[in-house]
Amino acid sequence: MNNPHHLNPTSLKSRFTTRFLRALTKIRAQKPISSSSPTEIFRRYRRIKVAADKSMAYSVRSRRIWSRAMLWKLRSRSYRRQDPCSGRRSGKTNQAIMKKSSNENTTTRREDGVGFVEEADELRQLVPGGETMNLCNLLDETAHYIKCLTTQVQLFSPIGKG
Amino acid sequence: MSGASNKITDDELNALILRLGTLLPQLNHGRHGRASSSTTKILKETCSYVRRLQKEVDDLSERLSQCLDSMDISSSDAEFLTNLLQQ
Repeated sequence: MNNPHHLNPTSLKSRFTTRFLRALTKIRAQKPISSSSPTEIFRRYRRIKVAADKSMAYSVRSRRIWSRAMLWKLRSRSYRRQDPCSGRRSGKTNQAIMKKSSNENTTTRREDGVGFVEEADELRQLVPGGETMNLCNLLDETAHYIKCLTTQVQLFSPIGKG
Repeated sequence: MSGASNKITDDELNALILRLGTLLPQLNHGRHGRASSSTTKILKETCSYVRRLQKEVDDLSERLSQCLDSMDISSSDAEFLTNLLQQ
């Protein structure tokens, strides 16, 4: 698949790669000596997946609604694990984030001849933070999200082929 | 974006949908002449494409975790470095 929409190659890709390599190094350092239990493997897979998501979201920073939503989700998950009280604080931040993206939101779900509300809702489930986006934002964010996902896939795909 | 008003104009909507359509590989094959795949179709394709991409990242992460488990640490390093250098 050709790539006419590549983001600035020196920034997003390299930021993502740098962060992800760093995270991977940390994960490798945690690797126990005998690690073939399926639980361990699953846990490591989860950690890698989270690291990939995190690296991507941090590389995009808060310039996008979806990356903000993803960062919030990741942070609140780790807060909840360490300290249940901070979860409440993150909740407030989340409301602020959501408010920012939804103040143009009043007529999201009109069904006056716009026959694709279902599909739009389905898309909202897939894109992080989508539930709060109006249609305009949703389409815009989705385009950017797709670009980032394809970047991730491109970077990962040589894995395991060696 | 249409920050001032609450409504999205049809033109803006069409423009966004079209742009999304150009990102979808399935729609680009052999349909160059057609200006309009229907909005519904584009949205549906978008959903399945996003799902596919997310699943691909999942699978690749899983492969990577198996790599870390079974391979030499240095060779998975080399793979990444090669990858990085190619960018």
